[in-house]
Amino acid sequence: MLSRVLLALSLVPALALALCQPDGQDAYKVRLSIKTALGANAYEWNESEQFLFRATLAFAMRKYTGQETFNVSSVIVCDETPRVSFWFVVKNPNDTATLIPKNAVEEAIRLSRNRINSAFLLSDKTLQFLGIPPTLAPPSQPSLPVWLIVFGVVMGIVTTGILALIISGFIQRKKKEKTIEDEDEEEKQERIMENGISCETLEGKDGVNNGAYSHDEDRLTQL
Amino acid sequence: MAEEKNTEVSVPELGKTAEERPKWDNKVQYLLTCIGFAVGLGNVWRFPYLCQTYGGGAFLIPYIIALIFEGIPLLHMELAIGQRLRQGSIGVWNSISPFLGGVGIGSLIVSFLVGLFYNTILAWVLWYFFHSFQDPLPWRDCPLNQNKTGYIEECAKSTPVNYFWYRETLNVTPNITDNGDLQWWMVICLASAWGIVYICFIRGIETIGKAVYVTATFPYLVLTIFLIRALTLPGATEGLVYLFTPKVQVLKDPKVWLDAATQIFFSLSLAFGGLIAFSSYNPQKNNCERDAVIVGVINSATSIYASIPIFAILGFKATSNYNDCLDGNILSITNAFNIGDQNVTRENYDSWLKHLNTTHSQELEDLHLKHCNLQEFLDQSASGTGLAFIVFTEAVIKMPGSQVWAVLFFVMLFSLGLSSMFGNLEGILTPLLDLHVVPKWLPKEAFTGLICLISFLFALIFTMGSGNYWLEIFNNYVGSLPLLIIAFFEIISVVYIYGIGRFSDDIEWMTGRRPNLYWQATWRVISPGMLLVVFLAYIVVQVQQPATYAAWNPNYINFPMTEALDYPGWVFAICILLSSVPCIFIPIVALYRFIQWIMRRVHQSQNRNPCENHAYEPELQ
Repeated sequence: MLSRVLLALSLVPALALALCQPDGQDAYKVRLSIKTALGANAYEWNESEQFLFRATLAFAMRKYTGQETFNVSSVIVCDETPRVSFWFVVKNPNDTATLIPKNAVEEAIRLSRNRINSAFLLSDKTLQFLGIPPTLAPPSQPSLPVWLIVFGVVMGIVTTGILALIISGFIQRKKKEKTIEDEDEEEKQERIMENGISCETLEGKDGVNNGAYSHDEDRLTQL
Repeated sequence: MAEEKNTEVSVPELGKTAEERPKWDNKVQYLLTCIGFAVGLGNVWRFPYLCQTYGGGAFLIPYIIALIFEGIPLLHMELAIGQRLRQGSIGVWNSISPFLGGVGIGSLIVSFLVGLFYNTILAWVLWYFFHSFQDPLPWRDCPLNQNKTGYIEECAKSTPVNYFWYRETLNVTPNITDNGDLQWWMVICLASAWGIVYICFIRGIETIGKAVYVTATFPYLVLTIFLIRALTLPGATEGLVYLFTPKVQVLKDPKVWLDAATQIFFSLSLAFGGLIAFSSYNPQKNNCERDAVIVGVINSATSIYASIPIFAILGFKATSNYNDCLDGNILSITNAFNIGDQNVTRENYDSWLKHLNTTHSQELEDLHLKHCNLQEFLDQSASGTGLAFIVFTEAVIKMPGSQVWAVLFFVMLFSLGLSSMFGNLEGILTPLLDLHVVPKWLPKEAFTGLICLISFLFALIFTMGSGNYWLEIFNNYVGSLPLLIIAFFEIISVVYIYGIGRFSDDIEWMTGRRPNLYWQATWRVISPGMLLVVFLAYIVVQVQQPATYAAWNPNYINFPMTEALDYPGWVFAICILLSSVPCIFIPIVALYRFIQWIMRRVHQSQNRNPCENHAYEPELQ
């Protein structure tokens, strides 16, 4: 009996390994780029970190399915490389011989992606689940596009400027006309005389008709 | 009749101020305006490109030779003639000879047409400026597609920068015959560009003179800031070395000399009539010789000065792209061979590659690694709108504090273009004012407003979907050949019709010094000769090139490469029309005056002697 139990126990990891196959139907490859993400603060990937990963994944499954039967032992990892990358599968807690189908695992990871990332201080780019593309964050759309605000400000300044210049030009012109009228009034009162002709008579006329040079009908002496 | 001695009658000034010509507040305003007109967008986005294409430092040789023998003499001639005759372009040529009025009309038309498309470019700059206040910059990322599963296909295939320019800014159609609609966002940007131009131009040189204190000096400030920043960026030295390394053998190619001569000519904004207009507001006793040398030298110095930060930044961009390419390859290798993270770096990439080639050559080949060559990235230069809106915007994304640099850059471009627009518009306004076309009751503000409004309405063509293609047409056909023809006629008229002797006397009267041998030689022979050669060479080159344009077509097989399409017949006819209409006025006006002269002679020979005094006609008895 004891030997059978021992045999069964020794078979479990073997079975587990058999369940977890790279490129398996329900397996996912994970790739971590810790040094890229953290640089000098990068931690070493060891057994404990692996344990954390399996626990986080179990948490994700629990959250997704609502069943609290998932455990660290439900997640099996294989084919670790120095990259750091590995494959994992999730065993069905009720029936340890079968695996949770790929879609369910994917949905579970999608749901808790943020939590999984934060547990390892990584991001979507540095903690990659191959085959599960990260949901792209929609760009933030403010209610009014920023550029229209800037445009409004600029146009406001320009319009005010134009109006100010037009009005000031108008006022300037009115003032100039008024001073010229005043000057004219003064000059008229002085009655400037030049050459025996009062200057005001010259205003507004095209010139003075000099009778001595006009070609009238009586240029020819009458017979 | 005894002739009475007529003493002069002094008529008091009539109800409004007499037609006193406006004048500059001080010399600095005048110089800054001329410099602002000459220094434009071309100094920033055409000269560095030419420098890089034609052998770096070696290009400076034909450039400076062209400046000395073509640029400065023509500049001096325009400034002197405007200052002496105190009229705009049409008035000046009419004064020299009524047969030459067409030269002025040509200048007017060219100024108008160039003003149309030039301000559209400023509208684009404004659009980018408005968008530079966002975080992140909108041309950094591709927008998501409808169901948010990925990026928009057009953007994913090309780059976010290209997508932002061609789709979100221009919304360009696949070819020129497909007009598309008026893009409302472009229309309001164009309206704001014309509004800003109007506010500076509203009272002619009175307001322009104040505006240029800012618009002419601000670009230098920004260029200096960029210079300091750019020199601290990684890869800047590669860019500068690439730019300035002289390749002297390039000088054997005649195309280099042609491009240097054309660049100097167009860079100084000659033959627009704007310089003549500006100098006509000067007092007559002004040293125009020194002004011409100052403006010419500063224009070229600005070109050279601007190319330094531009190329430092382009070097930085090329290095970034090269590093991204390397990093992409490194990631592929790391993932494929499960090597430890960050074990393959840029430094040991080559040795890793060699090692893997010997051990796993087949798998390495299957990875299809990109071939990363820094030289190739440096070669990816551009000129014109491509430099500003595609290449430079991409570089700006990679710089920390992108928004600041983007804002500074676009404000600089805007003030560069704005000060050039002043010259274009003065080239339209001054001749019209001198011709007394404007009714007296119309205030100047209204007339300038009318000019801006009419230009805005015409420029709406460029806001359509196919607007960019039309702008290229205007740029290539209006802003090139007609100017060469007009400038040639200008210098021939001044030297041979007005008379170089009379012109030298005028300059001696104005500046106190007779023009020396250098001016005499260049005005009489060298500059007209160079203009003629450049003109003929230009025609030869144009005829040899197929009349095609680069279209952005997302459905093109080789997308994101642009598709080279032929101009349809009617479009090509419009191109020819645009080139010839400004020039056609020269012979038309000459012919018209000639016919008038003939008619007058015929009339006179039929009429009685006008000196006949009928009062003394003997009696017919």
